[in-house]
Amino acid sequence: APLNVPAAAELDALDRRIINRLQDGFPISEFPYAEVAAELGTDEAVLLARIDALLERGVLSRFGPMYQAELMGGGLTLAAMQIAPDDFEHVAEQVNAFPEVAHNYARDHEFNMWFVLATDSPERIRAVIRAIEQRTGYPVFNMPKKEEFFVGLKFKV
Amino acid sequence: MNAVLDAAATRPVIDATDRRIIIATQAGLPRVARPYHALAAELELSPDEVMARLRRMQSAGVIRRIGAVPNHYRLGYTGNGMSVWDVPDNVVRELGRRIGALEFVSHCYHRPRHLPHWPYNLFAMVHGKDRAEVMSQVQRIAALLGEDVRDYDVLFSTRILKKTGMRLTG
Repeated sequence: APLNVPAAAELDALDRRIINRLQDGFPISEFPYAEVAAELGTDEAVLLARIDALLERGVLSRFGPMYQAELMGGGLTLAAMQIAPDDFEHVAEQVNAFPEVAHNYARDHEFNMWFVLATDSPERIRAVIRAIEQRTGYPVFNMPKKEEFFVGLKFKV
Repeated sequence: MNAVLDAAATRPVIDATDRRIIIATQAGLPRVARPYHALAAELELSPDEVMARLRRMQSAGVIRRIGAVPNHYRLGYTGNGMSVWDVPDNVVRELGRRIGALEFVSHCYHRPRHLPHWPYNLFAMVHGKDRAEVMSQVQRIAALLGEDVRDYDVLFSTRILKKTGMRLTG
């Protein structure tokens, strides 16, 4: 089992309906919470309180518009490194210290460190990769997406 | 400038006001009865303008969607495998579409190989209750890809080293 990851949360039927519904989009209108609450057979105040609680409990990591970095004029890529086990913690600290590193995961593979880089411009990606290579002494394998095939969050509960 | 797609670069021009809206909503949408009105008040814009700009950014793809991002571990999806596939480049698009449509695949991308170290060009994130469920789903992908699979692997995450999300700075 993965280490250092949060345990599954206790969720009631309404929590589950809310989580499923909120992965399908949200209205842009004057009273959007009231609209969604009506669909779910609850009321606005209950829905707002439930969303707050789900965020506070870490069941939802975020609620709001999901922006696509490349279309905002920024750069985005996935990068991987092969780090010697003895060096891993030290290099993880060095890599995480870069503000452009948005997510970083350890994976059980020769390529054992995988991170997402997000920069203000596409040109900055190359410079940040070079800086990480210089700081750590390890090569960085840049794996930007060439094409995306239906990205949907489908964590039905 | 309007937030329109530049067809050649498929990169939209977002203007300074769009950018203010993006920065104001990066941490999330206000959780009050009229969230877009609250944003408008904060940004000194009219509610109609805020809503119109959000709709325009959504139709241009700058906003993928408005909604919730669950922490999949907290939902009990503790098996999270990055499956990676070496398939011929001339069929990667067709195969990617079929894999991306599977209900247990959350993300599917064509990415570059780095030969000889990394032969895989198709990535599919597979989620399940545990590793055994992920591996049985990976077998379904393998069956679906059939003879087009030259090689594949599954990389399980063992630790989250950092998760801050992306941030635009003002």
